[in-house]
Amino acid sequence: MQEALRFRPVDAEPVDRADIVAKSRHLRRVTEGTARGLSLTIRGLRKAFGDNEVLRGIDLHIPAGQFVAIVGRSGCGKSTLLRLIAGLDAPTAGSIAFGEQPRAQDVRVMFQEPRLLPWARVLSNVEVGLGRERSSADAQARAERALVEVGLGDKRGQWPSVLSGGQKQRVALARALVSQPRVLAFDEPLGALDALTRISMQQLLERVWRDQGFTAILVTHDVAEAVALADRVLVIEDGRIAEDVTIDLPRPRRRGSAELAALEGEILKHLLEGSEDPQ
Amino acid sequence: MSLIDSLPRRKAFSSEVDAGSREENASKQKSGDPFRSDRNGNSSSAPKLPKVDGLIPWIVPLAIVLIWQLACVTGFVPSRVLPAPTDVALAGWKLLLSGELVRNIWVSFWRASIGFLIGGGIGFAFGLANGWSQLSAKLTDTTLQMVRNIPHLALIPLVILWFGIDESAKLFLVALGVFFPIYLNTLHGIRTVDPQLIEMGRIYGMTDGELFRRVIFPGALPSIFVGLRFALGIMWLTLIVAETIAASSGLGYMAMQAREFMLIDVVVLSILIYALLGKLADSASRGLERLTLSWHPAFQKK
Repeated sequence: MQEALRFRPVDAEPVDRADIVAKSRHLRRVTEGTARGLSLTIRGLRKAFGDNEVLRGIDLHIPAGQFVAIVGRSGCGKSTLLRLIAGLDAPTAGSIAFGEQPRAQDVRVMFQEPRLLPWARVLSNVEVGLGRERSSADAQARAERALVEVGLGDKRGQWPSVLSGGQKQRVALARALVSQPRVLAFDEPLGALDALTRISMQQLLERVWRDQGFTAILVTHDVAEAVALADRVLVIEDGRIAEDVTIDLPRPRRRGSAELAALEGEILKHLLEGSEDPQ
Repeated sequence: MSLIDSLPRRKAFSSEVDAGSREENASKQKSGDPFRSDRNGNSSSAPKLPKVDGLIPWIVPLAIVLIWQLACVTGFVPSRVLPAPTDVALAGWKLLLSGELVRNIWVSFWRASIGFLIGGGIGFAFGLANGWSQLSAKLTDTTLQMVRNIPHLALIPLVILWFGIDESAKLFLVALGVFFPIYLNTLHGIRTVDPQLIEMGRIYGMTDGELFRRVIFPGALPSIFVGLRFALGIMWLTLIVAETIAASSGLGYMAMQAREFMLIDVVVLSILIYALLGKLADSASRGLERLTLSWHPAFQKK
């Protein structure tokens, strides 16, 4: 494969993008039905670490298949909310209910760090995402499919250490996708990437979300990213939902368009007003 | 890490790469190509130097032997103080013919490996247990740290009283010597495995066994190898001292016996054999390291 990489001519015929999308749609259709989003209802959710109350009563309903972005200044509790939804921490009070009882592999998280096992090849890292089904006969085939879906089919035999930051994050995405989750929580997954890689990753996220139809919850500090990707942006302030903005723009959204900029400005204004409070 | 993980699965899917990765690959091919092929090793333009590379470490030892030979031949060093390398080689040849050399090396090697297996095994087990379980660590770590600070060679008088000059005395000392480096480094390795990876493993539903096999053990491996190499050094040191003081066979015994009869060439021969055996053990552990840590960036140069 290294040969294939090295000797691929620089001016190689670019693959038709629409073709890939169609191909992955086709792959998806085979397993359609299991990959539907789950709705999510949160009531009176509170979380305190000792005396420090991070979340002070969150009430929220997310319909199945919605793409929700959660923004807020650092320390506002947005990551805590995500960890509670993903079941990584237990709430102090309140409840989180899914539309139906999810299985373990129905809710997946993607973190800011790729968290790949450095001693496992890329494909094995993706297989980890299958959870209990890891030992099933088609595990490898499913992992390969997930890798192809994120555009890294040719990197299956590599060690994670030779991949770039963006590629590592795409492997992490493949790992999260391979079990076909119904809720996918993103904790600033693109925070550590450079601007260009970030944009292509955002497009990838949007594409897999549209293909698979899971409920997506994206925590980010980048308001532009939130309005570009999400159906709905939640602004969290002091442990509460301060604003709930519906982004009703057709997809694919053109970056830098006036509508997006206006929405971004509005949300940013709100966030900045909050910061003018006396310290 | 399972065997399957380490098998290369290399096949190109270049046509299915999406726009994002095409951008990335293209930029790599333009700007970072020399770097990439360096990392992947077998670049066609890379200078072929491995043979010369392999010889470089031996230049200094060979030069020392050469200077030594010259000093002896010219009479600068009297042969009563230090016999010439050729004399040492001759003594070695004689002992080899009589079968004494092979027998003594074999006895020492056997003691070293059995002692190492026992001590290393117990140290590894304690390292795992104390890294995994807080209770076990609380219960035993303080005791082990106290015992660790006793130089194990200080126990020789006691060990002779307990075991006589039997095999068990030497095995006990070697086992005790290698126990601590293996224990400490295994424990350290397990404690320093990235907690984010452990959390990731739990999220993806790994059982305790799987978590250990796929995350904790491979993560601790580099540190365990450091312990292994320390332990190998201590293993030879302990064995030689034990054999010099109380033994009726083995390399240390051979050296002491030769001293009694003023056979300096045999004494020097034994010392050289120690050096070679030590180097051999170190190379073996390095080879093992390279084999099991091929994922590690430090081992991907060649």
